Amino acid sequence: MQGAQASEPRLVLTSDASASPAAIPASAPLAIRGLTVSYGERPAVFSVDATFPEEAMTAIIGPNGAGKSTLLKAALGVIPRLSGDIRVFGDPVDLARDRIAYVPQRASVDWDFPTTVMDVVLMGLYRRVGLLGRMTGAHRAKAQDCLDRVGMAEFADRQIGQLSGGQQQRVFLARALAQDAELYLLDEPFAGVDAATERAIIDVLKALKAQRKAVIAVHHDLATVRAYFDHVFLINVRSIAEGPVETAFTAETLHATYGGKLAATHLDQLSLTGV
Amino acid sequence: MEGFADALLLRAGYNAALVGVGAALLGFAAGASGSFMFLRKRALVSDAVAHATLPGVGLAFIAMVMLGGDGRWLPGLLAGSALSAWVGLLVVEWITRRTRLPEDTAIGAVLSVFFGIGIVLLTVIQSMSSGRQAGLEDFLLGATAGMLYQDAVVIAAGGTLAVLATWILRRPMTLVAFDAEYAAASGYDVRRIDLAMMGLVLAVTVIGLKIVGLILIVAMLIIPPVTARFWTDRSDRLIWVAGASGGLAGYFGAAISASAPALPTGPIIVLVAAALFIVSLFLAPVRGVLAALLRHRRFQHRVHLRQGLLALARGDRILEPYTIRVLQAEGLARADGVATEAGRARAARIARDERRWAVAREVHQDSGLTGRYDGLTPIEQVFTPDEIAEFDRRLGGPTPVGGA
Repeated sequence: MQGAQASEPRLVLTSDASASPAAIPASAPLAIRGLTVSYGERPAVFSVDATFPEEAMTAIIGPNGAGKSTLLKAALGVIPRLSGDIRVFGDPVDLARDRIAYVPQRASVDWDFPTTVMDVVLMGLYRRVGLLGRMTGAHRAKAQDCLDRVGMAEFADRQIGQLSGGQQQRVFLARALAQDAELYLLDEPFAGVDAATERAIIDVLKALKAQRKAVIAVHHDLATVRAYFDHVFLINVRSIAEGPVETAFTAETLHATYGGKLAATHLDQLSLTGV
Repeated sequence: MEGFADALLLRAGYNAALVGVGAALLGFAAGASGSFMFLRKRALVSDAVAHATLPGVGLAFIAMVMLGGDGRWLPGLLAGSALSAWVGLLVVEWITRRTRLPEDTAIGAVLSVFFGIGIVLLTVIQSMSSGRQAGLEDFLLGATAGMLYQDAVVIAAGGTLAVLATWILRRPMTLVAFDAEYAAASGYDVRRIDLAMMGLVLAVTVIGLKIVGLILIVAMLIIPPVTARFWTDRSDRLIWVAGASGGLAGYFGAAISASAPALPTGPIIVLVAAALFIVSLFLAPVRGVLAALLRHRRFQHRVHLRQGLLALARGDRILEPYTIRVLQAEGLARADGVATEAGRARAARIARDERRWAVAREVHQDSGLTGRYDGLTPIEQVFTPDEIAEFDRRLGGPTPVGGA
């Protein structure tokens, strides 16, 4: 696998994407080595190495079908991987489940499911409560507090089908907050939400970063990358570039990621360095 | 009628009482465990599981006879049916996971093939010397008439265990049914929880073979949860409401059939469950057909009222008879569609509301407030009097309107 990767003529901007994968620092919230995921015989993610930094907000960026969500899901074991090693704070992912909170895409569930906002947030506590444990008032207070943090406190008893898209996204975020994790993984948290929700979500994520947590989000809006994130990982089936926004989010890396799909006018608006 | 009352009060004999309790427990277990299948949108897998029990019944009978025992020993037959149902379930799961065939195809294939094998085996048993009075065809539609005491105990105990297991596994099953991706990311083994869900359904099916029969048991797994969905918007309550509705159906169905031995138990239980469903379908407070119809009529009334008043304000002729009837009923127009005094005043107010909304949407472009403009909400419900005064100023001074 590594040989195939090295022999491919391609733009390599990541410092550690050479033939031998870099050693995994134990402090890295999420480290991926040689990850390949395939639907049928078409790799969606091919031999990807990535090391996500601690106490930072990282955006996973790439065109449609580039494997952004697939990367996240495969790292978490939601979908099977063909090859690859995943470490969360230096441990295999199965040993670190309690330190991870995942926010799936809003569209991945049926919102007519008979449940309330409060019950969805309580799902974030299922693992801690266990099979036979009782949900206590303290658990409910905790869930209510998480709803408060995303500005959804007064919606606790609402049936989830009555929520707008942005409100649904905030409830999912509240469920992740209830887990008290150290690594937050979000799949397109800003997709199709209103401006107020986008503001509320980014405030919560920045507060998480201030609490020294790691946040990794699949992100599709290039215009907000600079304002929201401090680290980027660019992917188009293969990993293209990774690093701080200042050095890795450039016209060159974006061109390498998107090819001709990104109009020059669009690039101008991103106030990139090195154009 | 007296027989029915006796059966209801468990006075129709020890066995009938046990059957009643067993059917109630079975109904409860079926409703509760079926809820998760319903929420997971895989209810029909249970039909494949049910039909896949038949070969096991036949093979268990043959095996027990060849070993010199009584071929009709219920625990043996149930063990055989559970085994072949499990094989059927794994085949459905395997086909869905390993091939590109969709699950409904896998269900159809397993259901028909296993049922076919089962029918062939029953025919073979009919021709065996000891098979004449086997009564295995009772497993198709259920029969409690010749039920032994220990059979009833097996059913009651199995039903209790199934209810208990459903309760213990309710959280992981809810999580997988609502958001399997999140469950997997949180470290739950979704495949195993799915199998546990199916295993529970399988257990209920096997327990229910004697009472309801394998052809109709799927009804007990599907109908009570669907009934319950009309009455609650919460999954944790849905499970118990479905259990209760299934339990009621089991208990009443068993009592009815006990009072008239000619009536088949299984179909009667299913019909009682269906009756509960039909009542819920029409009469449930929010999701019921009648409630939805009333809601729709009220909405239609509001729309026609608003449209009619706007037409009056513009001085247009109203063509739709329903609009005229609505306006007439409120004393706003005459039968020929001409506005009354009150109608002209209301129309002027509505027209002003529309003009204010037009300004509001210009002022507050792209904000959540104007998103609430639906042509029906009065502007006073969204904006403060100060804001409305500002809109009026932009409109060029308040338009004098009688009574506003």
